[in-house]
Amino acid sequence: MRRIEEAVFKALMVISLFIVLGSLLAVILVVVIRGAPALTLSMVTQVPQGGFYLGKEGGILNAIIGSLYVATGATLIAIVIALPFAWYLNQYAGKSRFADIFRAILDIATGVPSLLYGAFAFSIMLAIGAKTSLLWGILTIALFITPLLARSFDEVIQTVPFKLKEASFALGATRLETVLYVVSRQALPGILTGILLAFGRGIGDAASILFTAGYTDSIPTSLGDPVATLPLAIFFQLGSPIPAVQARAYASGIILLAIVLILSVVSRVLTKRYMKYVIK
Amino acid sequence: MVRQKGIISRRYRDLIAERAVLIPAILVSVILIAMVIVFLDKASPIFITQPITTLLFSSSWHPLSGQFGFFPFISGTVWVTLLAMGITIPISILSAVYLAEYAHRRVRGVAQPLIDLLAGIPSVVFGLFGILLIVPLIKEQIAPLAGVNSSGYCVLAGGLVLAIMVFPIVISISYEVIRAVPTEMREAALALGATRWETVKFVVLRKALTGIIAAIILGFSRAFGETMAVLMVVGNVPIVPQSVFDPAYPIPALIANNYGEMMSIPAYDSALMFAALILFVIVVAFNILARIVLVRVYRKGV
Repeated sequence: MRRIEEAVFKALMVISLFIVLGSLLAVILVVVIRGAPALTLSMVTQVPQGGFYLGKEGGILNAIIGSLYVATGATLIAIVIALPFAWYLNQYAGKSRFADIFRAILDIATGVPSLLYGAFAFSIMLAIGAKTSLLWGILTIALFITPLLARSFDEVIQTVPFKLKEASFALGATRLETVLYVVSRQALPGILTGILLAFGRGIGDAASILFTAGYTDSIPTSLGDPVATLPLAIFFQLGSPIPAVQARAYASGIILLAIVLILSVVSRVLTKRYMKYVIK
Repeated sequence: MVRQKGIISRRYRDLIAERAVLIPAILVSVILIAMVIVFLDKASPIFITQPITTLLFSSSWHPLSGQFGFFPFISGTVWVTLLAMGITIPISILSAVYLAEYAHRRVRGVAQPLIDLLAGIPSVVFGLFGILLIVPLIKEQIAPLAGVNSSGYCVLAGGLVLAIMVFPIVISISYEVIRAVPTEMREAALALGATRWETVKFVVLRKALTGIIAAIILGFSRAFGETMAVLMVVGNVPIVPQSVFDPAYPIPALIANNYGEMMSIPAYDSALMFAALILFVIVVAFNILARIVLVRVYRKGV
């Protein structure tokens, strides 16, 4: 009897894991199979030409470049804020109550849906009379990924062995020098992984920049220009009643999926490569 | 090599850094507080015109005539979220137990990166997947099987897509919590003659229960706020759904579809900010709850 129960539950567990991994496979396969026919070279090398939204020539280079601009800008801002945040939590706050409080705040900020960051940023834009632009797209995504990044930095920096810090202090290094040259170097693989994951989140998020980045058929030339992004390109093309345009939305899905997959692979390779600088 | 002057400036630099690193921590906190203030401020006009009970429990949504009953949206959110969690909870926990207690190291090595990958897929792609596979499947297979007519864009589609998106969160946190149960406890149970499953059921899961509950709460709050994927497959009709084959209009979809376009009607703007406020409060409350549970779990050393 005991054996039967165990066998039943074990079978259920294996089935569950298959459902989870199967749904990942299904998501990728469905998008790739349905998108592949419309995926042409001009999709990734051209901006929309006249009549693009009626199914005529052109591509979504504007959205690809736009997404890269937005995610890169936002990630840079997020690093500048998140890294010192993590340094503070681990090196300066010590075991004080403040560290607990700020970690709790970080957890809460991580849980806030990206849509709300978008709504918040847009409210501010309305208040100061700003127009939708690359700059605001970057700021909105930065709002949303900074907590994520700070949290992942904090997690990797926490794993740095205390002995390493002690050794650094024993050599007469200040806290700043220790955190810069010892702790951060030791945590580098984790920091890089965190950055790439945050970049991926930034590139994939649509709900936050729905209100703030605008949309345009050209590649932005300044921070004040509106900017197209990949998720929104998919979303808008799907809304079209024309099958050829919808097919392009599927193809755009492949491009977005490919970027996310590449980021995931690169982060694994980088982690391995930089592991050699880590003292175990 | 280091001159005396150098040492002083090094200390000075450290002291400056001590102050400087506080800035980001304060900045993130201030932004969070500013969000509450902005949402409250912009939502306040709607409180004056309508009592909060009408806002929450009335089903009449006629923005042009100034009637803002949020009940269809609230029930839409609840339907979709509960359905998604109903699917996610058993599957995720079983998977987590398998990965933590039974799986071979190699299986774990394959499964974990894939689950991480699932967590990284953008929500628009999930929405696309829903439109391409789940919506037609419901329209042509599942709904006829149940003897109803459905466009496929319905609560069930939203729930299914959302369930897949929440898998990684519940699995990874549950997995961590289960792994944190000390090996000695398992050994003690096994030494008493318990089978592996009995050990898992009576010792490991009981010990990990609070942590798993926290994982579920975090999954809930993620599901609550998810916008694009759900919006793309759920139909967006402001009615109170009567079955899983009816369309729904969850709160995030309402905000995403209308905010920024209805500026000409100030009351509408205010109503949408009220919706944002509801969402914010629920998500923050859930996160605090999960955090309290998790902190307790780890303090007890599981």
